[in-house]
Amino acid sequence: MTVSNSTSEHLLEVRNLKKYFPIKGGLMRRTVAQVKALDGVSFSIKKGETLGLVGESGCGKTTTGRTVLRLIPPSAGEVLFEGQDVLKASAGRMRALRRDMQIVFQDPYASLNPRIPVGHSIAEGLKIHNIGTPRERLDQVAQVLERVGLNSGHMRRFPHEFSGGQRQRIGIARALVMQPKLIVCDEPVSALDVSIQAQVLNLLNDLQKDLGLTYLFIAHNLSVVEHISNRVGVMYLGRMVELASRDQLFSKPMHPYTKALMSAIPLPDPTIKRDRIILEGDVPSPVNPPSGCRFHPRCWLAQDICKHDDPAFEEKEPGHFVACHFAQG
Amino acid sequence: MAQSDVLLKLKGVKTYFFTDEGTVHAVDGLDFQVRRGETLGIVGESGCGKSVTSMSILRLLGKTGKVIEGEIMFDGENLLDLSEEEMRKIRGNRISMIFQQPTTCLNPVFRIGEQIIEALQIHQGLSGEEGNKRTIELLTLVGLPDPVRRMRSFPHEISGGQAQRVMIAMALACNPELLIADEPTTALDVTIQAQILDLMRELREKVNTAIILITHDLGVVAEMAENVMVMYAGRAVEYAPVHALFEAPKHPYTQGLIASTPVLGNVRDELETIPGQVPSLLNPPAGCRFASRCAHRMDQCTQEEPPLIKLEGDRLVRCWLY
Repeated sequence: MTVSNSTSEHLLEVRNLKKYFPIKGGLMRRTVAQVKALDGVSFSIKKGETLGLVGESGCGKTTTGRTVLRLIPPSAGEVLFEGQDVLKASAGRMRALRRDMQIVFQDPYASLNPRIPVGHSIAEGLKIHNIGTPRERLDQVAQVLERVGLNSGHMRRFPHEFSGGQRQRIGIARALVMQPKLIVCDEPVSALDVSIQAQVLNLLNDLQKDLGLTYLFIAHNLSVVEHISNRVGVMYLGRMVELASRDQLFSKPMHPYTKALMSAIPLPDPTIKRDRIILEGDVPSPVNPPSGCRFHPRCWLAQDICKHDDPAFEEKEPGHFVACHFAQG
Repeated sequence: MAQSDVLLKLKGVKTYFFTDEGTVHAVDGLDFQVRRGETLGIVGESGCGKSVTSMSILRLLGKTGKVIEGEIMFDGENLLDLSEEEMRKIRGNRISMIFQQPTTCLNPVFRIGEQIIEALQIHQGLSGEEGNKRTIELLTLVGLPDPVRRMRSFPHEISGGQAQRVMIAMALACNPELLIADEPTTALDVTIQAQILDLMRELREKVNTAIILITHDLGVVAEMAENVMVMYAGRAVEYAPVHALFEAPKHPYTQGLIASTPVLGNVRDELETIPGQVPSLLNPPAGCRFASRCAHRMDQCTQEEPPLIKLEGDRLVRCWLY
């Protein structure tokens, strides 16, 4: 797998990342099986870029985001942030790195402590890192609240006093106050109504333009990912199956799974009649993934070779990586 | 439109919830009708009253909610006048419903087959043997693989997509005249959603059930519905045939909703947004409920609520612009 070219322009490089969750059972609580949530994923993100990760439930996209930040330890692989290995960093080094790498979660209801005013939640990171005096921290919280479209008076309010969209803005403010370089956005708009979703997507776009942020944007909604990303990776059952620039991927998808995923999305235009690819069956269990290509039991192009040989993740066209024996544009 | 053609007709329905904080005007004067075999889409964002509408029809509002005004005529009978006993004969039999979370709607301690047979025994008086046969037929109809074996499965042993197939089989068990589908695919992955929508289309042709499809997803509505009602803050703001609605949305809220949805293959630099947020239904504002967020606001809008205005082509819109 060759994904990296020149390291210097990349803010983040992920190489062959694996995460197996053990399933314990039996008398001695031995590990009887493993959930292969992530099974060899590689990608890189340039400074100032948004990489979108899409896929259905259980494909490993959230696990990718969390292992990159070392919120959960990976089983194998490398994560390089500005050239330094995040996974091998000492506790002290890790603490410094965490300032630069922040996360925005899906559920703005669950990710804020209901018992403390939101200003305290936002300032907590600053306090932990001993940044500024209490007064300076207050100023920073006020500034960041205004930056995300709220006002400084909101800092004394509690989470239940805000709507879903406002809470997601607070979640973004909490990440932003640390002045990070990378923000992992894990389904940041899936819990929001469309008119509010559009407000938050525009905010994320503006912040990126003004502050030069880099995003790893994880979502199941392809239309949202297409809207916000520069490059997009498609995941299936713990693997990256296709990775390309937004325009390449959406105008010329090569992997059959990507094609099926795109054709499955209902479009808000009743005049469009499409040939829909309807995949049969469900996503197989990641405990016992299919042999060969993991997509072969649901793939309409599958041949014998797909059952035995796991296709390599190769660059079929400049910048367009696909893992399929029969990839075609 | 012949009168007998109309299966369901709501007239001036108001459903309020009486809570400690005050009275929530969840549905505040709703009129619409569904013809036999028609698919009506109801769209709107959280809290617009679309789910409360379906719960009002089935009279499943719980202790705090009540339909305080209006009529719900189903096949010539006002559902609000029926006794609980009579209502029970209609639910799951002549009107049935599928919900958003299929896995929470199945009883976890009973086998799938038993749960479908129960409905058949209660409503259609089938014996165990007959019920068994019909259940296998139904599960085959909804495309559940290996139905004979699956009947003996417990709900936790099947996937979300399969559970939704089981829910659909259960809903169709008694050949209902009206099926209410409340966000039937929202909890499912897109490839599974495509399977379920495909199944619903296929079944609609086979059994000719009228469907009320409630969803927040404009794409799903565009694909499935013949006519669409757009709701906002407890009110219908626009009603139109599906093609006309997407071709030329009339109400500023519908326009905003369509413009703020990112569409695959159509990248825009900036998404249009609707500023502000939905007003509280505890104290709905006077005048048009959308006025505070509307770019076309006039003086009249904050004083007097517009009626549903009839436009050509079977369309209705609640806006002073027309």
